[in-house]
Amino acid sequence: MVTTVTVGLGSCGIAAGAKKTYEKIKTLQEESALDFKLKKTSCVGMCYREPLVEITDDTGTYLYGEVDADRAVEVIEKHVVQHNPIRDYIVYTDLFEAPENNFMNSQVKIVLRNCGFMDPESIDEYENRNGYQSIKKILSEKISCETVIDTILKSGLRGRGGGGFPTGMKWKFANANKSADKYVICNADEGDPGAFMDRSVLEGDPHSVLEGMIIAAYAIEATHGVIYCRAEYPLAIKRLNIAIRQAQERGYLGQNIFGFEGFNFDIYIKEGAGAFVCGEETALIASIEGERGMPRKRPPFPAVSGLWKKPTNINNVETLANIPWIILNGAEAYARYGTEKSKGTKVFALAGKVRHSGLVEVPMGMTIRDVIFKLGGGIKKDKKFKAVQMGGPSGGCIPEYLSDTIVDYDSVNATGAIMGSGGMVVMDETTCMVDVAKFFLDFTCKESCGKCTFCRMGTRRMLEILHRISDGQGKEGDLEKLEEMAIQIKNNSLCGLGQTAPNPVLTTIRYFRDEYEAHIKHKKCPAKVCRPLLTYQIMEDKCTGCMVCMKNCPVKAISGERKQPHHINEEICTKCGLCFSKCKFEAIMIS
Amino acid sequence: MRVARINTKENENLDDGLDLSLLDPIIAKHKGKKGSLIPILQGTQELFGYISRSAFEKLSMETGIPLSDIYGVATFYAQFRLHPVGKHVIKVCHGTACHVQNSLEITEALEETLKVKDGETTKDRFYTLESVACLGCCSLAPVMMISNQTYGKLTGNEAVKIVKNIKLAENN
Repeated sequence: MVTTVTVGLGSCGIAAGAKKTYEKIKTLQEESALDFKLKKTSCVGMCYREPLVEITDDTGTYLYGEVDADRAVEVIEKHVVQHNPIRDYIVYTDLFEAPENNFMNSQVKIVLRNCGFMDPESIDEYENRNGYQSIKKILSEKISCETVIDTILKSGLRGRGGGGFPTGMKWKFANANKSADKYVICNADEGDPGAFMDRSVLEGDPHSVLEGMIIAAYAIEATHGVIYCRAEYPLAIKRLNIAIRQAQERGYLGQNIFGFEGFNFDIYIKEGAGAFVCGEETALIASIEGERGMPRKRPPFPAVSGLWKKPTNINNVETLANIPWIILNGAEAYARYGTEKSKGTKVFALAGKVRHSGLVEVPMGMTIRDVIFKLGGGIKKDKKFKAVQMGGPSGGCIPEYLSDTIVDYDSVNATGAIMGSGGMVVMDETTCMVDVAKFFLDFTCKESCGKCTFCRMGTRRMLEILHRISDGQGKEGDLEKLEEMAIQIKNNSLCGLGQTAPNPVLTTIRYFRDEYEAHIKHKKCPAKVCRPLLTYQIMEDKCTGCMVCMKNCPVKAISGERKQPHHINEEICTKCGLCFSKCKFEAIMIS
Repeated sequence: MRVARINTKENENLDDGLDLSLLDPIIAKHKGKKGSLIPILQGTQELFGYISRSAFEKLSMETGIPLSDIYGVATFYAQFRLHPVGKHVIKVCHGTACHVQNSLEITEALEETLKVKDGETTKDRFYTLESVACLGCCSLAPVMMISNQTYGKLTGNEAVKIVKNIKLAENN
């Protein structure tokens, strides 16, 4: 057997230097005429170990982590040439105990079944991994669209973009509206900061999304497909374009596809232009139509009157990537995973102060604590786990003591957060919850389309109060005012953005009220984040008088002689924190 | 609402020195097709790096789409710029994961080094400093992107070093 060396070239891998690793291995191979096959793949989810290189030889498969160009030389030399695997660098293998075996083996990969296991730019590799078998099965066995919809209904699959509406039901509505032109839209406008699962799927397995769309088109009798992808994901767009071209060449897209008379379906990509609100389906439709992406009133729902006033079905990337697996393995196989009302698996993007940041796919019903500690490896630098933010700007912060909540739509909703698209940003004791609330509100305030007054002006007024609180100008009654405005905004906004915009504020007030009160009453930021509330002091016993802080201080607030302890004049100090970051002797104390 | 994006300068120099005939193929490709305004604007920005007042006027004249509509769409989306940018755009990510890992330090360090504020272009038109919502590389937070190349696990000092190195490399 020929040894294969596969380099992970997803966006995160490339950012970590995987391209250099790939080039290095390629040069080595050419210079020394080494006999192995060099391949590319995408992200396997272990972003914290990037760049990743997988070697498969006669003895088995080994995944090497943190392979920069130098380490690549060593790995190729020892493993490929001398057949001597380097155990210290191996992070995952079936053959012996490796550091990340638990990370990989605790997951159930349905959506991510191909990500990191094949070359995303090769349709052959996709087909070798059961690709396009589901749609072929439907067509060859003449399974009716009603049966397809029924299968999806029975599987219990719910919309993975955040709404959680049953996908089968959505298809049923779209199928019921007859029209010569119908649209299937793939929502790949992943705007939620902190979520990157859709990017990974598009970069790692674009064909499964296309196949999901083709099956949806068959089920609802659609004729056109649009993928609305955010322009910030250039690699995803490039790989989607390659996939679409390959599918067209094989006759899987176009006229009479798969040789099935009368089954016409094409797909094109529409690049978003950067507006969070366009994740909302009516705003997304307006954006495709070339308008400002402003949501409109529903009904009529897109299933009745959507893109160009034709019946339209919109599904999220992750939802669509589930479809081929469900068709091939059956609804029961899918519904075996999960809880009563939330079936199957969910992909989470772990980020923030967690050791193993990356992508994980777990069955619904796992506890949040298990996701963060068993898969995520716990908190960086052994700090104290404080909260996890789920659902992005529409979600909320779940405190540590509620982290035994299981991940399913209803349990997460009960905490005041939402499942959302699956971002989990982990926060430790050094994260200030007022600052987090301010961050999200600042985001929704900027992204509000401006249609509804409560959302446009209300979020701004709330943000002003939060700014005041974190600047030490908070007043008695501010929290009550925030809560009152939050409810008004929720009740009086048209779309999901406005209705959920206050959630980060509401959940942080609900679970971290004492932290808000410390800011308002005692003018203190317990997490030491809000700068106006901090004071900087030099500890005389640690200061060596090296003068570095003095030279760097932009406002000349620091004085002192060489080799004598320095002093900060608090009246001049602007609390920029530069002295703290420049001091090599940890002599600056923040209080 | 992106109120801050709306251009309020009245005496903008009309002669911006752009070769507007470059727009002709884009207009020819999209003219009359429904839903084509955003691709037209994206194409224009691709050409010039921003959408100039003169380009707005030409697009409106030739496509028949009212100037107000084009302007409305261009100011709605974060992607479109109404001012020229530097040779390289530095996009500092301020997504959630980057924010909780101190992306503010990156922006501040760059602001100090480049002597510009967030959103501005350096005097020599080499760099434009921007903040973006999320680049989707959360596992490498804090990150920034310079001309489609992403840099991760940054500190303020490292970001400054990268920016200086790019400039040095191109000047030599």
